[in-house]
Amino acid sequence: MRPVMRPTMRPVTASQTIGPFWHPLGDPALADLTRFGATGSRLELTGCVLDGGGAPVDDACIEIWQDTPPASPVFPGWGRCATGASGRFGFVTLAPDPSAPYLAVAIFARGLVKPLWTRVYFADTGDPLLAALPAARRQTLLARAEPAGWRWDVRLQGDGETVFLEL
Amino acid sequence: MTEPTYLPFPPGSQPPYAVPNYRSSGLRAPHQPLVPISPTIERSGPVFSPSQFLAAADLSREAGRMALGERILVAGRVTDEADRPVPNTMIELWQANAAGRYHHVADTRDVPLDPNFRGTGRVFTDQDGRYQFLSIKPGAYPWGNHANAWRPAHIHFSLFGASWGARLVTQMYFPGDPLLDLDPIYQATPDPDARARLVAAFDLALTQGNEALGYRFDIVLRGLHATPMEGAR
Repeated sequence: MRPVMRPTMRPVTASQTIGPFWHPLGDPALADLTRFGATGSRLELTGCVLDGGGAPVDDACIEIWQDTPPASPVFPGWGRCATGASGRFGFVTLAPDPSAPYLAVAIFARGLVKPLWTRVYFADTGDPLLAALPAARRQTLLARAEPAGWRWDVRLQGDGETVFLEL
Repeated sequence: MTEPTYLPFPPGSQPPYAVPNYRSSGLRAPHQPLVPISPTIERSGPVFSPSQFLAAADLSREAGRMALGERILVAGRVTDEADRPVPNTMIELWQANAAGRYHHVADTRDVPLDPNFRGTGRVFTDQDGRYQFLSIKPGAYPWGNHANAWRPAHIHFSLFGASWGARLVTQMYFPGDPLLDLDPIYQATPDPDARARLVAAFDLALTQGNEALGYRFDIVLRGLHATPMEGAR
């Protein structure tokens, strides 16, 4: 069943691109969710954003949100990272609860007139979204463990295109 | 029982990812259809404390010195689709200066930077969803999308709302700008009424004598709604 929008309701404001000049919002400290002193199971996530031609996307804004551990004065649950010249981004956070081992991700960039919504998973535990995806597509949402931490690359378009979500 | 959820967007009220005349979307817009999900952690979202994210509601001055340009006061209300106010939510702002140049290392256009204008701000809505800030009217600027392409004057808005799915990044435009008809980004939204809602309204009641021209810009964010369902009895 789909929710029905009542005719009297006000339509949501149209999204517009974040553009190439958003970086004043991109304080590098925002990529470290432990910066206020939160302690727990530390998680490092790095990756690259690539476009449909395989070129790095060097002006994107990547944001993450997690509701576990619960947000507190020392743990915002939210982070933001600008991609660099190689399309690379990196976050330091605390691992989400194993019962929902994923982060919500939003990607903003020049050329995207609205955000790309997705998730990055740290385990394939039979979550309904992962279970509903064909294996090849499921892989695009799974970070892989590497010695230096978790690695998750995002392909905006074409071969290996990351699964993007409709909320 | 059905959990409150997001409503679908009315047709045409949001731009598609692939915008044919917007060159940068060519290799960045996804080709696969979006996968619909029932939101889980997306139904909650970050809360920003003004003690950690300081408000900066006057973009029109730097260290007390006034920026060059036409001074403006922008005010409006942030609500959800049911007209419920979105209180205490953070709004991030950024814009070009009066000459149409951003205070940004990648903007190397040969027009002046203004030492008294950085072009970034941050405000929080009040209990009724209202916000306002002072600035100067940004200039239009050329961009490389096509020959003689100029972006209409605009102010960037970034809003968080009450949950992750409410997150919105948009642009506010100015009434009467002849560049709106030519701008692939503005024109990307199919519904003309939805486009028109991105244009602020000049408001004489908001205009302050000797101080600033008033513009009103209301914003609607997605909310979580317990709603009638198709097929429900």
